[in-house]
Amino acid sequence: MDILFTGLLLGGTYALIAMGLNLQYGMARIMNLANGEFLVAGGFAAFWFFTAAGVSPLLTVFVVAPLAFAANWLIYVVFLRPLVRRAKSHGQLEVDAILTTFGLAFVLVGLKLAFFGGDYFSYSYLARPVTFIGETYALNRVVAFVAAVIICGGLWLWLNTTRAGISIRAIAVAPDSARLVGINVTRLSALAFALGGAVTAVGGALVSTFLTLDASTGVLFTLKALIIVIMGGVGDVRGTIVAALMLGILETFVATVFDPGLTLAAAYLLFVLILLFRPQGLFGRRQA
Amino acid sequence: MTGTETRNLALAVALFVAAAWLPFLGGAYLLTLGVTIAMYTVLATSWALFSGPTHYISLATAAFFGLGTYTTGLGIEHLDYWLLLPIAAILGAVLAALVGLATLRLSGVYFVIFTLGLAELIRQLVTWSQNVSGQKGLYVLTDLTEVHIYWQLLGLAAIVYLGGWLIGRSRLGFALRIIGDDEEVARHSGINTARAKILLFMVSGAAASVTGAILAPRYIYIEPALAFTPMLSFQVVIMALLGGTGRLWGPVVGVIPFTFLWEAISASFPNQTTLLLGVSFLVIVYLLPKGFVGLLVAIRQRLDAREGFA
Repeated sequence: MDILFTGLLLGGTYALIAMGLNLQYGMARIMNLANGEFLVAGGFAAFWFFTAAGVSPLLTVFVVAPLAFAANWLIYVVFLRPLVRRAKSHGQLEVDAILTTFGLAFVLVGLKLAFFGGDYFSYSYLARPVTFIGETYALNRVVAFVAAVIICGGLWLWLNTTRAGISIRAIAVAPDSARLVGINVTRLSALAFALGGAVTAVGGALVSTFLTLDASTGVLFTLKALIIVIMGGVGDVRGTIVAALMLGILETFVATVFDPGLTLAAAYLLFVLILLFRPQGLFGRRQA
Repeated sequence: MTGTETRNLALAVALFVAAAWLPFLGGAYLLTLGVTIAMYTVLATSWALFSGPTHYISLATAAFFGLGTYTTGLGIEHLDYWLLLPIAAILGAVLAALVGLATLRLSGVYFVIFTLGLAELIRQLVTWSQNVSGQKGLYVLTDLTEVHIYWQLLGLAAIVYLGGWLIGRSRLGFALRIIGDDEEVARHSGINTARAKILLFMVSGAAASVTGAILAPRYIYIEPALAFTPMLSFQVVIMALLGGTGRLWGPVVGVIPFTFLWEAISASFPNQTTLLLGVSFLVIVYLLPKGFVGLLVAIRQRLDAREGFA
């Protein structure tokens, strides 16, 4: 029971992070391997504002989101759009995007190391116990979970009810046909990419309240988010949430029962099973 | 064999003989540099054997390398060193086959993600088993010196080049070039695409694993963080792409300058190597999409065209 709820709490924040990547990979069609770096940047901003000025991470989010949005929009327009234009095939774009975003990830890590050093950063925010059905949980995890649920819910509503949201989902399903029905694919892809970056950075600010981050942990989060997105089905919001919760519970289970050092191994096990048996994702349909 | 082939073969043999003389030129630093270059030449060339024609970016080099290192580390007390090298090759090929079976039937992205985490996964498992058994690191004590390691790596490089040349002429190499051009076409013309890709990935994995096994005596003390360092995978990708994967001799053209650059940067700015990796990736994508080889080919074409008009 304890494992289940702790896992759900962790999974909720994973869902938010993976949602950011899903917007970038599923909707904007760019495999962004620098995604985790924005998570660390968001976490770092929260840490800095909290230790320097005592600002709550929940408020920092409102600074982090627009900054990450702008940064990711710039990355899309400056680095990725030329690649989309020059790519002769989808495979070529994929290889180019992977190399470019790897490069960007390393540049970001390098800059962070140069300016802030390689130390772990953590701070104590809302580290109080709360009791729920006879078990105690850390308040910061609960708060992060609630915030993640609110943001995921808002995103889901936006994607399903607004014109821009529905258009972005149309691009995710059929990028070529979307253009034919008058959707501005170029502009909306940039929007989805920027939004994805912002969502992940907000996730980072929330995660930093209860996890210790350092300049080089970004890639681990990218990896987890990728596993979640593929498991849930690329471009599938509902699948992403279910997959994130599953991963959260599995990781908590492995960390509690076996060894906290084996969480990635657990995520990998899940990944291999998905690749072998349902490569199209939990709810995806097999492509013809 | 045609005239050009005989000439190329003679040139290659001459270069290898020249490279083998390096230890006699004296200078411990020169030899250390030689070992590093020979190691990356083997790793980058065998990487390009698979990733060049198929465009699948493998980040599993560190996993294979670490596997080989641990083969020597664990086996040296029980078996003869020369027996360990083929064992490392077999283990590398088996690991590559397993990874390939899980991912190579699917699109390239799955493969990249899977290989990206593979070294970290094995590292976690090794660390965990060491925690359980209470053993921390491994000592590899042999009477092999730097010179021996250098010559072994040169020998391995010769095998990799010869193997790559033979594969390029075989049905397998032909099949892979078609897969790289258009996998759909390859499938329709009756090529078992998954099998071809897995076979070549096994060759590449075996070579990287043997490299790790050869280098283990150099480290003397092996621990997971050293054997499975993720940086290695990225360095190999950059060197191979920088040189160009279109030709067998392409990667080494990238290995030599990048090794010097890397040594210079890590000597004067040890914290900026990550930044260097990042910038190199961007340079490759935006300025040198076909590597130095592509640049040379383009220059030669331009010269030929000018002569044609004159």
